[in-house]
Amino acid sequence: MSDPMDFLLLTKGPLFNLAITVFALGLAARILEILVNGRRPNYSEARGGQWLPGLRTVLTRSVADSGTFKRAPFNVLVGWLWHLGFILTLLFFIPHIELVKGLLGLSWPGLPNPVVDLVTAVTLVALVATLIHRRTHPVKRYISTFEDYLIWTVVFLVVLSGYLAYNRIINPYPLALGLHILSAEIFLIILPFTKLTHIFTAFIARWYSGASFGRRGVES
Amino acid sequence: MTVLDHSPAAASLAERLRERGVSRRGFMTFCAVTASMMALPPAMIPAIAAALERARRPSVIWLSFQECTGCTESLTRSHAPSVEDLILDLISLDYHHTLQAAAGEAAESAREQAMRENHGRYLLIVDGSLPGPDANPGYSTIAGVSNYSMLMEAVEGAAAVIAVGTCAAFGGLPAAGPNPTGAVSVMDLVKDKPVVNVPGCPPVPMVITGVLAHYLTFGRLPELDEYHRPLAFYGQSIHDRCYRRPFYDKGLFAETFDDAGARAGWCLYRLGCKGPSTYNACATMRWNSGTSWPIEAGHPCLGCAEPRFWDAGGFYVPLSVPTGPVADYLLAAGGAGAVIGAVVATKARGRVKTEAAVRQPVTVEELEQKL
Repeated sequence: MSDPMDFLLLTKGPLFNLAITVFALGLAARILEILVNGRRPNYSEARGGQWLPGLRTVLTRSVADSGTFKRAPFNVLVGWLWHLGFILTLLFFIPHIELVKGLLGLSWPGLPNPVVDLVTAVTLVALVATLIHRRTHPVKRYISTFEDYLIWTVVFLVVLSGYLAYNRIINPYPLALGLHILSAEIFLIILPFTKLTHIFTAFIARWYSGASFGRRGVES
Repeated sequence: MTVLDHSPAAASLAERLRERGVSRRGFMTFCAVTASMMALPPAMIPAIAAALERARRPSVIWLSFQECTGCTESLTRSHAPSVEDLILDLISLDYHHTLQAAAGEAAESAREQAMRENHGRYLLIVDGSLPGPDANPGYSTIAGVSNYSMLMEAVEGAAAVIAVGTCAAFGGLPAAGPNPTGAVSVMDLVKDKPVVNVPGCPPVPMVITGVLAHYLTFGRLPELDEYHRPLAFYGQSIHDRCYRRPFYDKGLFAETFDDAGARAGWCLYRLGCKGPSTYNACATMRWNSGTSWPIEAGHPCLGCAEPRFWDAGGFYVPLSVPTGPVADYLLAAGGAGAVIGAVVATKARGRVKTEAAVRQPVTVEELEQKL
């Protein structure tokens, strides 16, 4: 890594291969472990189906009930805001779509760059707000671990470096783009081994809960 | 600055321009263009004029190594009468084996004579990369002398070295993997003399002459970036100066070379344009007398003024796409991970089953007795 272009090519080449390998290996192992382990056998007579309640719960658990919202409006609102911003930026920024197209051949329409730029800015502000809230809220502060701060930092760096690269605030550009790709690679590498796995497992967990409710005839 | 004391080299620029029938007005226009080209304030125009009028022709030795002559073509095929013409007329090009009439020993002795007579003062221009000191020198020789020996000998008496074209500046196509000739750049070898890189495949002719004009005007080399490129020409990226930039900002992209977007002149990012990561003057100076430039002609920028552009992935692959066979890694690692996860979980299930088979129920009474 002797200069910015070497750095960019390192992040686009060998480091990306490494990151995607660790990500795919770790994530596939963890998901398969969860699925193969399955659930404890239930010998009681089923009172209802599992699939539909499972899928319904995947949706309903994504929206906070009014009690939760009243107790923690900040968590719900700001949490939604930055999660949505992150997903929109990740999936609908044209260079990201080109990346997926280049790897998997899948493609979909993107959002105009100024929209993504605005969404990214809002996401950054929301992420800073979540950190301030975490540090000032006594309970949150008490239950926060090193891992929570690590994840916040990596997510924030991915978004921030992307914002800086797009707006060409860091120069030269190969350095800015390289930093963004590098932070995304760190994100990919830690994803299967930290709470970031929830990106994939949250929906599995919600489905299991809903399916269990459905089998027992509980309204979900 | 080099001063040759034999005629006609001794004539100043002002005299030579008058001989060529260039008016005072034409000369001042040239100075204004030079000032704006080098991003200097208009107040500098009279200073440039005064300096150039007094300027004497420096001796220039041009060495061509592993190159395609595209850089010389770029310089000599610029329109006439041009700024490039004027500048070429201002230097004493004492050795350039493509352009000189002499051949064989006569040519080499011209080079040696120029080096001897202008020792410590001549400008050395190099185009093409060369096999490094550890490589087989036989890959490229001139008059039986290896490129490496010739460069090192010529560098010794040079005031400065200008590496013209991406091959001389960064290694270029000869250095592309697996780099069979062990090609290296001038910058890799010359450490004790100022080196100016003028990359591009080929460089914009006005950039080559702009550097010469700067040297003639100020008697020193221009301000350089970390790749030794003159900031006046390589300070801004193609993307930042691209006339198609508004389409990028609006998110309007051509997706194929013949779709409605391409016909409407939309941004070429999705077709592999490397403009965002490329620093060069094409977008502002353009080519062929300012007629057009690659992006205006509908072709994405290849990034030819950047190091390793030749090994940086496909020319028609967008900048955001990794260069390696990532899909293969994804599939292989995903498959291996799935097997590992399934094996671990199956073993755990087996252990649960075994434990269940051999479990020994304990009653509350028994437990209480043990406690």
